Amino acid sequence: MGNFGEPFLYLLVLGYGLGQFVGQVEGLTYMAFLASGVLCTSAVNSASFEGMYSAYTRMDVQQTWLGMLSTPVSIGEVVFGEILWAATKSLISVTAILIVATGLGLVADLWALLILPVAFLTGLCFASLALLVTSSAKSYDFFLYYTTLFITPMVLLSGVFFPIDTLPMGVQWLAKSLPLYHAISLVRPLMTGGELSYVIPHLSVLMLYGVTAGLWATSRIKKRLIK
Amino acid sequence: MKATNAPNLIVSSENLTKKYGDISVVDKLNLSIEEGCFCGILGPNGAGKTTTLRMFVGLCPIDGGSLTLFDKSMPENASVVRESVGIVPQMDNLDPDFTVEENLSVYGRFFGLSSSVLQSRIPELLAFSSLQDKANSKISELSGGMKRRLTLARALINKPKLLILDEPTTGLDPQARQAIWQKLRELKKQGLTLILTTHYMEEAERLCDRVIVMNHGEIKADAPPKKLIRKEIEAHVLEVHAAEDDLLSRIKQDTSVARFEKSGDIHFFYGEKLTQALDMLEQSSHDDYLFRPANLEDVFIKLTGRDLRE
Ligand SMILES: Nc1ncnc2c1ncn2[C@@H]1O[C@H](COP(=O)(O)OP(=O)(O)OP(=O)(O)O)[C@@H](O)[C@H]1O
Ligand SMILES: [Mg+2]
Repeated sequence: MGNFGEPFLYLLVLGYGLGQFVGQVEGLTYMAFLASGVLCTSAVNSASFEGMYSAYTRMDVQQTWLGMLSTPVSIGEVVFGEILWAATKSLISVTAILIVATGLGLVADLWALLILPVAFLTGLCFASLALLVTSSAKSYDFFLYYTTLFITPMVLLSGVFFPIDTLPMGVQWLAKSLPLYHAISLVRPLMTGGELSYVIPHLSVLMLYGVTAGLWATSRIKKRLIK
Repeated sequence: MKATNAPNLIVSSENLTKKYGDISVVDKLNLSIEEGCFCGILGPNGAGKTTTLRMFVGLCPIDGGSLTLFDKSMPENASVVRESVGIVPQMDNLDPDFTVEENLSVYGRFFGLSSSVLQSRIPELLAFSSLQDKANSKISELSGGMKRRLTLARALINKPKLLILDEPTTGLDPQARQAIWQKLRELKKQGLTLILTTHYMEEAERLCDRVIVMNHGEIKADAPPKKLIRKEIEAHVLEVHAAEDDLLSRIKQDTSVARFEKSGDIHFFYGEKLTQALDMLEQSSHDDYLFRPANLEDVFIKLTGRDLRE
């Protein structure tokens, strides 16, 4: 519920309230601009939450993973399963947002359906990162650092609320080096009927982060559980 | 080529070693366990029992020596080996998100069992573990004994050839413990090989064909329980509680007292007959004593010492 509720609040309150002042952004109403950012953020948050709090519970508190490892299942499969599940959670919340956004007239055409695979990939990427964090977590408190020091600044700087070209060059490069910017760069044109560009590079960044974090997380979790 | 009359070895280790830091928690273990054997592993807290069992199934890296299960070397073949092993871990790790039945079916899925196989096997296992009425209960609604029985049922979902039980009855009441014993005996009759760790000597004595006593990662003794008692210790024990020094020193004069030990205010005298000592006690006014045949616990204490661990 939290996964759906918060994005809607942001979309409606900011979109309506701020939209009055802001007017048009990149040729879109502010709410239409904001919708794709909020949608991607929701994919990030759903996958991160599942990959941190829920996965940690299964890894440490409930020892579910050790139970699974008493069967022919391997660590790689356990971790990949968690990543798939967390990305599925992203897909669910993004689907809900997309339906509401369509109702609000914020979606241009059927190309918007391609948002779903992009959101799933975004979920895979952030789930892998979250599991990497989980692999070194000593308690739930640890996740607050990741959220406060990484996720929140990234959301603020990646073009969710405003286009990043108003930012200093250095900060722009920082934003472009993080995965969320690339997810938004794909989702926004798909949602608003804009022109897609740099599709392969954007997808590559998301995949690169996902695969690297996923492999690293697997090896760290293996060291942690099989010791 | 295998000689036809040689028994099948389920587990075989040579100088198997596990170190944490500089300490060898399992120290050059040489062990072979034959098919159909019910083998008990005893040892004080921290002796290395759980670590040994974890190595058997590839859940703990091996630092030295070699290990094979079903003639397959470990840990390379861990995944294949685990297809034929059932594990009851020391700590329950049932999935609280699922019901009793779902715990069994999800676990079966991890072994790649089809839903038609599970559909026939799960009711059997629920019956075997007397949990038919609890099929749809959440794990949090089960008692400790039910959880243990479910963990046992879960360990049998893949029809294992080897069942590994790490303290399956710790923390259970006598009824629940005996229920588990009965199940284990049934499994033994079906030809399963079982390895069990326990802190209950009586449990090992009753169930196991063979008892291995571990201490500080080493095997201190390895024999059938009856034989262990005969071989390792005197036939009888006289426990004298809170006695005067004078009386104690007179008891010690009995030449059949082979050795004695003191623990708090209890003195333990070991010997074959101890007739003189008993006479002396009878004549004295002291009546707080116990004369009994030696048991596995006495052997255990002799081999691993009276000191508290950890
Ligand atoms: N992950 C670990 N890191 C460091 N030391 C460990 C680790 N796991 C176990 N040990 C140490 O290894 C030793 C053997 O532990 P193990 O769990 O095998 O004992 P055990 O015989 O099963 O004891 P118990 O009867 O209490 O279950 C103990 O001294 C324990 O502290
Ligand atoms: Mg143990």
